[in-house]
Amino acid sequence: MTRYNDRPDDPDRRRLLGGALAVAATAIAPGILLVAPRAAGARMPTEPVTDAVRWGLLIDTTKCEAGCDHCVAACQTEHGWTDEPLSRPDQDAQWIRKVEVRDPRTGYAFSLPMMCQHCEYPPCADVCPTGASFKRADGIVLVDKHICIGCRYCMVACPYKARSFVHEDIEGQKAYSPRGKGTVESCTLCVHRVDAGRVPACVEACAARAGDAMLFGDLNDPESAIAKRISQIATTRIRADLGLHQGVLYHGF
Amino acid sequence: MTRLTGVLLVCVGLALGAVPAVAGDGVPLPMPARGTGDQCVEPTETMRRNHMEYLLHQRDDTVHGGIRGTKYALKDCVECHATPDPRPEVTAHTLYGFCRECHDYAAVSIDCFGCHTPESTASEGGAE
Repeated sequence: MTRYNDRPDDPDRRRLLGGALAVAATAIAPGILLVAPRAAGARMPTEPVTDAVRWGLLIDTTKCEAGCDHCVAACQTEHGWTDEPLSRPDQDAQWIRKVEVRDPRTGYAFSLPMMCQHCEYPPCADVCPTGASFKRADGIVLVDKHICIGCRYCMVACPYKARSFVHEDIEGQKAYSPRGKGTVESCTLCVHRVDAGRVPACVEACAARAGDAMLFGDLNDPESAIAKRISQIATTRIRADLGLHQGVLYHGF
Repeated sequence: MTRLTGVLLVCVGLALGAVPAVAGDGVPLPMPARGTGDQCVEPTETMRRNHMEYLLHQRDDTVHGGIRGTKYALKDCVECHATPDPRPEVTAHTLYGFCRECHDYAAVSIDCFGCHTPESTASEGGAE
């Protein structure tokens, strides 16, 4: 049986191969770069996204207060989701939710926001029968609602319970965040904001009104604040044993 | 197939500049309201025939490729072509009336507005 970490495109293996190739390239043609350096500056909005960027989010649970839900409120305001009037509570949308965790042996308790973890190997995209669940080149996992048939297989596959299904007709959507009955939805990492060079609404709200516990940025850029921070502090990916290499990292537990 | 034929007939009729039907001449031809501004992103005849192709192509570029700000955005359709909503309970300017004009005639049901807002409002907080 193949373990997740044995995948041929596992980043750790790729790093090893990349090193070997670089040595070979130097030997063949010194002074000539076979791999183009990453383009400086942001991409033009009319150019497609590339995997030069890998968007990620670092959540510092030591700064995340129990009971604070400014991130959830900001997401609801930004994307217009809320409790649906005709649906049961367990059917309501949850693009992001606060989870209170307590270790019963030690009593250590903390709070964290849980949302789509934007996996490098998203199980939702693996199981999607139509290709509606997909990962954008820059690492953002999305639902293409144009081709989603509402089978909800992705909701079953997601280890983080990050997705929800719209059960009833919706009106008053935001122009930049379409959502409607019969399709699955989840955190988009505020892709409309990211494409415009801004940070997700939850990150903005946490910095402005709460403990500044969320840090958004490009994990691929060693000069970015998030890359520097995760190289200095211990971080955790939830259920890291699944080998999904999520873009959302946590610190503090 | 019947639906497709109907659409083609309407498109051909509109493209040829058929005159509006008079009373007793069957169902009147649709007369969608003129949008704001001088010119649509393509000539009117081209838009009548191909708007769905443009929207289909660009939606994939935007959702999967993150390409934004190009010229066939449904949001831009709304901005120019929104008219007072035909439903009495809705006061906003929406795209319903404009789209329904032809689509009802051709018996084509579209579900764009199951997810996309047809309302002409300035976006709050978001870009594109």
